[in-house]
Amino acid sequence: MTSRNAATSRWTDRLLAINGWLVFAFLYLPIIMVVVFSFSASANVGIWGGFSLRWYERMFANEQLMNSLQNSVIIALISTVVATALGTAAALSLDRYRRWIGRGAFDGLLYLPIIIPDVAMAVMLLMWFTQTELIPFGRTSITLAHIAFNISFVAIIVRARLANMDPAMEDAASDLYAGRWKTFSNVTLPMILPGVLGGALLALTLSLDDVVITSFVQGPGATTLPVYVFGLIRKSITPEINAVSTLMITISMLLVLGSLGLQQRAERRN
Amino acid sequence: MTDLREREPIEDDVASPKLERKARRRSSWRGFMHAAPAYVYLTVFFTLPLIIVFVFSFATRSNIGLPSLSDWNFDSWTRLAHPLVRTIAIRSFWMATFNTLLCLVLAYPFAYWIATRSKQLTRTLLLIAVLVPFWSNFLVRTYAWRMLLDSDGYITQVGQALGLWDRMLFTAPAVFIGLVYGYLPFMVLPLYAALERMDWDLVEAGRDLFASGPKAFQKITLPLSKPGIIAGSILVFIPSLGAYVTPDILGGGKTNLLGNFIALQFGSAANWPFGSALSSTILIVMLFATVVYFRAGGRTV
Repeated sequence: MTSRNAATSRWTDRLLAINGWLVFAFLYLPIIMVVVFSFSASANVGIWGGFSLRWYERMFANEQLMNSLQNSVIIALISTVVATALGTAAALSLDRYRRWIGRGAFDGLLYLPIIIPDVAMAVMLLMWFTQTELIPFGRTSITLAHIAFNISFVAIIVRARLANMDPAMEDAASDLYAGRWKTFSNVTLPMILPGVLGGALLALTLSLDDVVITSFVQGPGATTLPVYVFGLIRKSITPEINAVSTLMITISMLLVLGSLGLQQRAERRN
Repeated sequence: MTDLREREPIEDDVASPKLERKARRRSSWRGFMHAAPAYVYLTVFFTLPLIIVFVFSFATRSNIGLPSLSDWNFDSWTRLAHPLVRTIAIRSFWMATFNTLLCLVLAYPFAYWIATRSKQLTRTLLLIAVLVPFWSNFLVRTYAWRMLLDSDGYITQVGQALGLWDRMLFTAPAVFIGLVYGYLPFMVLPLYAALERMDWDLVEAGRDLFASGPKAFQKITLPLSKPGIIAGSILVFIPSLGAYVTPDILGGGKTNLLGNFIALQFGSAANWPFGSALSSTILIVMLFATVVYFRAGGRTV
């Protein structure tokens, strides 16, 4: 018996366990219910009316919805790739180079998009796009907005990974006359890859998740799936939303599983 | 390897102050170049929008709601003192505070339970189990409660049969359920991190010295998990203060909160300068709170 589990008495521990499983039930049951009811024939969202796939048929036949799904995927992929590249470079600049002009200001600026509420960032970007009139509202404006909030999240995750990494490895590589690019691709990148993948996954998830900022910078005919669904929920709820929700849950779960697998492989190679 | 040894020492290769200065300058340049793309991007799409919002909070509302650039004044800022704004701000503040407390009360025993499992594997698996629902879309998670609390739903039926509640949807409790459900993991994770890396031998030592379980918890575990409590509270408080989706879906948009109030100024209320002043205020408050937190955290944690 270790001191870790000796800290509580048997009865306290039993109560804690009951509480623990209740919290898990609280976390899982609502999502499971949405999935279950998406297969219900009843036109009433929260009532079971026998098995049916009619809501999925309706979902796939909904052209606007499929269009917004396509937008979501494209925007998420582009913003993730750009934000991961920029965020990783930013993390390297802060972790590897201790002194450069503007470093302090950059360090602060990088954290700002994380700590301000969504609504404030949404308002800021809306004002920017309307005042500059450089970019019309649509897929491009949404992508640019998503990159803006994703850079910071990627940078934070990669930086945490870099902090645990021994710079001696890179020094050793460059001592052995590896060029800077070679050092990066053969030593640094493989070591920080789990962090970079983690950051990319977070960026992808945040982009697929965002409602508030996107709803401010969307354009006519170009919106994302969550914003479209948000509009549906506000109007009236139908079991079709259960089907869309199940689709979104499936996408998130596949993303998490895929990236966990990739991270495991990257870890094992180290 | 021989050519390594045979290499002629070049003048620059010898350690000298000159070389050191050169290396420092090169490293400084490289650091800047690594940051440059993100720096430029955030300057254009974050700093500049920030300045625009601040500047336009001094503009005048034109007939169509867009700011007119001719007349600069403090009207929008003085409107912040309006009783309605104060009511909404105070309501948002209390909602965020209460939600933070709810999350803390729920998450602490939960995180404690996970952190006290003796096997590392068990702890990791339980933590992953917390994260899995968290990764699914926030809107979907909020919608799940919209569905469960629907007027024809089973929860409403149970409540009516027992005479406990008539309708929960579009009430304050519904909004709180949604907020707790949305942000609970933000509280669990830092609490778990603090408890997990705690030196549990200290608790055992406390117990050996005839401190009772609750006393050992109060004197040892609780103070040591303080960084987790603070970090978790901030992570829950900030998004709760600007909450927009949850009050809209579960509160029916009836409970006026800061997030919705700001959005309203850019929507049907069409008062962009006033919305800008509100956003600027919330930004300043957040910045101030964060700076205070990091200053305080740097000293005590």
